[in-house]
Amino acid sequence: MSKSVRVWSAVAATLLGILIGSSSNAQRVNPPSEGGSFPDIMIPAPSSAEAQKYLGLKAKEKFKVSEIKAELVIFEVFSMYCPHCQREAPSVNELYRLIDGRPDLKGKIKVVGLGAGNNSFEVELFSKKYDIPFPLIPDVDLALHRALGEVRTPYFIAVKLGRGGQSKVIYSKVGSPGDPSQFLDLLLQRSKAL
Amino acid sequence: MSKTTFPAALVVAILVGLGVAWGQVESEQFKGKIFHAEPLKPIDSRVSVKVGDTAPDFTLPSITGERVSLSQYRGKKNVVLSFVPAAFTPVCSQQWPGYRMIQDMFDALDATVIGITTDNLPSLFAWTQEMGGIPFPVLSDFWPHGKVSSEYGILRGDGTSERALFVVDKSGVIRYIDVHDINERPPLDRLLQQLEALNKHKTKK
Repeated sequence: MSKSVRVWSAVAATLLGILIGSSSNAQRVNPPSEGGSFPDIMIPAPSSAEAQKYLGLKAKEKFKVSEIKAELVIFEVFSMYCPHCQREAPSVNELYRLIDGRPDLKGKIKVVGLGAGNNSFEVELFSKKYDIPFPLIPDVDLALHRALGEVRTPYFIAVKLGRGGQSKVIYSKVGSPGDPSQFLDLLLQRSKAL
Repeated sequence: MSKTTFPAALVVAILVGLGVAWGQVESEQFKGKIFHAEPLKPIDSRVSVKVGDTAPDFTLPSITGERVSLSQYRGKKNVVLSFVPAAFTPVCSQQWPGYRMIQDMFDALDATVIGITTDNLPSLFAWTQEMGGIPFPVLSDFWPHGKVSSEYGILRGDGTSERALFVVDKSGVIRYIDVHDINERPPLDRLLQQLEALNKHKTKK
């Protein structure tokens, strides 16, 4: 290759790269909005059979939110390393237990954690440390985090699922949702209003 | 320029173009309180110690008031020296809370973390308070500026230290070094594996 060809190919590569990079930027999405639908993303299935059973998934590698066997799904976007998420963990467990303790809600409302930037080892550590009774899904390459608008953590999204596979976001906010019992009441109210 | 010019330039440019998609997850706790830097040169120094060397001893002031020496752990505990670049920055503000969360695992592995930055004590104190307190010693290598970082060969051109881990065993010997890309968090599993290996080794003896 002559020197000029090499220089031009480097320039072309640089421009192409910036174009590819910027187009990803242009695709940067907003967090799911309340009243809107949940993005049509493929979520990696949890590895444990127990977690798969809880979500009603059978031998799936990836799933859409509409495939979860539930009427309402509460997602927490968290990170093992995030101090607020660590502090929030007992409250989210309490939320799970409140649901689990009510025969009218058990099996209809599911809780799922998405570990932004965490690998499976890290979500497992978080799960053990805080004795978390619901599935935590690693998102080490931040694919889910990007699809959910690169939110700060913890971030809570509640999605009401319709019979026809449609979804409606009824809660989408950063930070602690406060008292678990009041949060559950709020979600039930909003869920009924739809 | 070599044949690799095209793909290399492409990769670099994609990364530059990606910009905000750099891949940091920010805790709500630090909303508006964290200094956001652009991605930095991954490593900007040359480490001057190696695995098998006796770790250079030092005495530095800690945020709790006392002075802490590496040698005081000799014969008692394995030590993880965790140098991080700067207080109030995104990656650092999550790394130590992660170590805090698994404090019991470090205890079980007969190890203590020692956190070090080149910030001054008041900044380090305020930052660790903001993180909700850090259970292990946090030391300031501020003055003479970066002296300890310099002895380990991890002082960067701008006066911060690298994001580096050194595992020092109970006999004071360096057993593991990870001078990490400053923009990324070092993988926790690898660090724990190193400490587990040290413990296995000891049990065999």
